[in-house]
Amino acid sequence: MIRFALTKFLGLAATLLVAAAITFAALDILPGDPARFILGINATPDAVAALREQLGLDAPALQRFFGWIGGMFVGDFGLSYTQGQPVGQLIAGRLGVTIPLTVIAMILSAGIGLPIGILAARRRGSFADAGLMVLAQLGVAIPNFWFGMLLVLLFSVTLRWLPPGGFVPWGENPFAAFASLILPSIALALPQAAILARVMRTALVDVQGSDYIRTARAKGLTLSEAVWKHGVRNAMLPVLTILGLQFAYLVAGTVIVENVFYLPGLGRLIFDAISARDLILVRSSVIILVLAVIGTMFLTDLAYAWVDPRLRSRKAE
Amino acid sequence: MTDLPAPEKRVWLRHPSLRIGAVASLVFLLVGFVSIAWVPYPIEVINVGAAMQDPSPAHWLGTDHLGRDMLSMIMKGTLTSFVVAAIAVAIGALIGVPLGLAAAAWGGPAEWFILRVNDFLFAFPALIIAILITTIFGPSAINAMIAVGIFNIPVFARVARGGALSLKTLDYVGAARLAGMGPIEIARRHILPNIASLIIVQATIQLALGILAEASLSYVGLGTQPPATSLGLMLKDAQTYALLKPSLALIPGITIILIVVALNLAGDGLRDQLDPKLRRLGGARGAA
Repeated sequence: MIRFALTKFLGLAATLLVAAAITFAALDILPGDPARFILGINATPDAVAALREQLGLDAPALQRFFGWIGGMFVGDFGLSYTQGQPVGQLIAGRLGVTIPLTVIAMILSAGIGLPIGILAARRRGSFADAGLMVLAQLGVAIPNFWFGMLLVLLFSVTLRWLPPGGFVPWGENPFAAFASLILPSIALALPQAAILARVMRTALVDVQGSDYIRTARAKGLTLSEAVWKHGVRNAMLPVLTILGLQFAYLVAGTVIVENVFYLPGLGRLIFDAISARDLILVRSSVIILVLAVIGTMFLTDLAYAWVDPRLRSRKAE
Repeated sequence: MTDLPAPEKRVWLRHPSLRIGAVASLVFLLVGFVSIAWVPYPIEVINVGAAMQDPSPAHWLGTDHLGRDMLSMIMKGTLTSFVVAAIAVAIGALIGVPLGLAAAAWGGPAEWFILRVNDFLFAFPALIIAILITTIFGPSAINAMIAVGIFNIPVFARVARGGALSLKTLDYVGAARLAGMGPIEIARRHILPNIASLIIVQATIQLALGILAEASLSYVGLGTQPPATSLGLMLKDAQTYALLKPSLALIPGITIILIVVALNLAGDGLRDQLDPKLRRLGGARGAA
């Protein structure tokens, strides 16, 4: 298991390094000089050159790249030249919105999707199964940001139960902060729940035909006991993979849904950085997103190997 | 695509979800294509005096906040969404399928390398690619195509490799090898025609995902730009006015849902018809 984890971890590190290199190279070839941007168009060439030196922009690209990577290890992401603040600080401030939003959405989608999938599989072929799967088919097709807009219209504008957008910082009023994340996380969770329900149902239906369920039945268990005790656990394997993938895409999804609810999360930070052409900020935010995605996939692999011992011995494909 | 014996083709069309999905998808596609030649009103013309009208005989779906005819917008938007998603599918299939075939044919280090590249691409949701491209080149519909296209590459590579690996051990492939055919020739003559159906199913599903992804990207301003329109861009505009007139948000949103459901039904139905065992692969999706 330790060897497996180590191999996977090396893969993670290599992927991150390549991703960082591509991101750095892509943004480094851009025209536009941050020093000139900071000083304005009337700055003298001498002043620009001096600032370039001070910012380390005159160093060779390779040196700046490793300087950036090395800096990130000690939490130094560079300085945002449009906001005049350390990038690390800016990102950390936004994660207080994005991470809770992702986690709540994940819990919701598993909490809704898995039971629906189990229910549909156990009543396979029934009216309820058909109805639930039609709902799932719809859920998969609904754009999450659009669903968010509908939620605002219903729960904020018409019923006035929840805030339509904006965010109260956690330190100020944790309840209000939580309340402002409820609708966005439902919007994010719905399509994911629909996917989970479908995967869970298919996995369970597959399992129901397996030999060990038949053996359990032969031992005297009812079908639902057998499915519950033996089936669900085995069916969880494919579901686990999807859960990991989903978490990764939820992180990306938050970036979009934050726009619907005017949440000051990582997404807003990135879009502001793009429009201001703040490359240092874009670069580090993108790496944080990539890290979230790759990190989640790494943890999924570990969880998978932990649940299914067969995978540990097999070489990672 | 033509590896099915003739009698099965009729069964094919009898599959209800396939039939409904295929017909509905074609109807939307047709609506989009009609908009190239004709729309009820030109969408470039702004007429604020006629803004936010309710549906009427003159404007079947009403007008938007700039007085543009919603039906015309939906027609044009449907076309943009389809075109962006279709080109993204083409990018993904044209690069991904050869990669997958090469991985299966050569094995060894080449396969290892392709699989690593695949894993790597998989770690980049279309959104992140779109953010990078937009920062470099500025926002445009082309960004969305490239971003979603890159996202599609590993998906097609995986399907092609899986299909090719299952065919590789068959007798006729061995016979072709004995006859002196090289791996590229075998892939082209024997493997590709036999995995074409798998690829078409995947293309249908990725088309649906692409339409959702285009909508997300345009909604946050990384995709289609005005004066062109897409279903996602319409939703971006609608957000400001949704309180005054919910139909501005409802109509494009429902159009997206109908198109995506139609494509998914067609894809699922096709897959069930081609190979019931493949059903379990459904579900792993999410683009933006």
